[in-house]
Amino acid sequence: MNDQLLSVILTIITASTPLLLAAIGELVVERSGVLNLGVEGMMAVGAVSGFGAALLTGNTYVGVLAALVAGALLSLLFGFLTLTMVSNQVATGLALTLLGLGTAGLMGESFVGQPGVHLERLHVPGLSDIPFIGPILFGQDLMVYLSFAIVAGVSYLLFRSKAGLIIRAVGDSHQSAHALGYSVVGVRYLCVMFGGACSGLAGGYLSLAYTPQWVENMTAGRGWIALALVVFSSWLPWRIVVGAYLFGTITVMGFSLQAYGIGIPSQLLSALPYLVTILVLVLISRNRALIRANTPACLGQPFVPDR
Amino acid sequence: MKKWMALAAALALGASAGAANAADKLKACWVYVGPVGDFGYSYQHDVGRKAVDKALGDKVETVFLENVAEGPDAERAIERLAREGCKIIFTTSFGFMDPTIKVAAKYPDIKFEHATGYKKADNVSIYNARFYEGRYVMGQIAAKMSKTGTAGYIVSFPIPEVVMGINAFMLGAQSVNPDFKVKIVWVNSWYDPGKEADAAKVLLGQGADILVQHTDSTAPLQEAEKAGKLGFGQSSDMIKFAPKAQLTSNTDDWDPYYVARVQAVLDGTWKSDDTWGGMKDGMVVLSPFTNMPDDVKKMAEDSVAKIKSGEFHPFMGPITKQDGTTVGEAGKPLPDGELLGMNYYIKGVDDKLPQ
Repeated sequence: MNDQLLSVILTIITASTPLLLAAIGELVVERSGVLNLGVEGMMAVGAVSGFGAALLTGNTYVGVLAALVAGALLSLLFGFLTLTMVSNQVATGLALTLLGLGTAGLMGESFVGQPGVHLERLHVPGLSDIPFIGPILFGQDLMVYLSFAIVAGVSYLLFRSKAGLIIRAVGDSHQSAHALGYSVVGVRYLCVMFGGACSGLAGGYLSLAYTPQWVENMTAGRGWIALALVVFSSWLPWRIVVGAYLFGTITVMGFSLQAYGIGIPSQLLSALPYLVTILVLVLISRNRALIRANTPACLGQPFVPDR
Repeated sequence: MKKWMALAAALALGASAGAANAADKLKACWVYVGPVGDFGYSYQHDVGRKAVDKALGDKVETVFLENVAEGPDAERAIERLAREGCKIIFTTSFGFMDPTIKVAAKYPDIKFEHATGYKKADNVSIYNARFYEGRYVMGQIAAKMSKTGTAGYIVSFPIPEVVMGINAFMLGAQSVNPDFKVKIVWVNSWYDPGKEADAAKVLLGQGADILVQHTDSTAPLQEAEKAGKLGFGQSSDMIKFAPKAQLTSNTDDWDPYYVARVQAVLDGTWKSDDTWGGMKDGMVVLSPFTNMPDDVKKMAEDSVAKIKSGEFHPFMGPITKQDGTTVGEAGKPLPDGELLGMNYYIKGVDDKLPQ
């Protein structure tokens, strides 16, 4: 029984990590007032770049780095179009998804059908061997710890540092931030690139740790779920953890219940993560004041400095 | 910027038609539901297209559209191929059935071939493969190789094709071990490596030591490999992904069929037909038996030989359904129509079929 519970918990962690990584990046982007719907595309490019780099060099950490850089580069294109050329963010984001998926397919043509390199789980002598707790707390791969470190970092950055104050100011009232002398476009560029890097990492997690392989469309809609999780979290970093793990837990529990042969229709179990997320979202949204305080007021609005 | 948008728009159509050249060559065209890079179903069809290129390349030019969504979009894609001068068009997914029939009515001179459907016309043939034959042999192997007597079965949607596969697998397993158990998980997707991996981990955690899948990615097999357990591949030979875990893989081989049908158009002998080919026709091929002792291998090879010769049929009547009623006549295989509409489990499947 303990073994079964352990395997379920370990499965939940791998299922939740890519959502967590992508969502925390997008949260920062949206906090700066930019809506980048291209998460799915950036994840795909991250996945193929990470896979390719790891395969060619034989080093998974090079793969992780490549995934990060690839995501950031693609987001830079988004930044150029929406921030410098002031194109519509929604349309550009959607185009970025398509461009990303297509580019990834093209880049990955020769990687299809190639077994990948697997990102190793860490092993801390002594600690990882503690029954049950050991593998969960001390036996994950690097990116699981990284995902939590990023959430902690973002939380600190946004709410405890001057830089965070500037990011939030840019997202809430870009005119005021501009009047105060901050470079709205500059701040947004950095945030967009951070988001891209996180999406790339999330993609890299898919192709290096979750299912070590490259196949087209392997992101399978996770980018869109990450976008929804940002709204779910009402733009608060730690709530992303709750959302991502809630989603992962319910998905995996659904499979677990099916395998036990409990007669709940599988279609309902498949829909459950979405239903519960919507339900929690409704409950959270009852606190209007909190929502208003945290929704970036300039989300999705283009900014053109008047001089 | 416009250029980028145009590029994105081109990708949005999800269509990448091959370049046209020599006009006097016969144009043969394919429509795929997934990307050719899925290393599963669409990939296998594209291998078939390439076989046509190789065999008839001097007389035939091939073109394909990938990622074509099932439904109205497919009609536009198929019609585009028809207008571009394709003389034979293969539409390779169940959901292309009505669009294919519709376009075919408008272009009576063009030959159409639809996979896995049931609607024919004068210029529309249908073709499919008897995947259940492979699954029966897989069941036998599983029952021999399993230590826990339990297999984990990862499935997509409760359509007859899939249910037939589960039943064939269990009939094979029961022929070796009457008490063999199967745990079934529906992931409600043909293709989601992450979900398939999650389901695999859950099943392995619950005591299944052999994984079977009717989904398209290599993820479940990789999980079996990681856990030191066994499994079966799907659509393509996935041995590279699980050198220590793959027992065999139920692969689709469309090459001979595609070459023959395109050749028939060249010869002017093409006529509307209904093909449901199996191991005998080389359409269903089990990849080499690996990771098993010689006696199991021999049993599997014998079964394949018997199915090929027609001496044996996996669905030999009478078959006892889950509810205890029987179907089929003694000593006769179930008729094809019965198989194609299969919507019940056989006895011994410990699961409730989603309706």
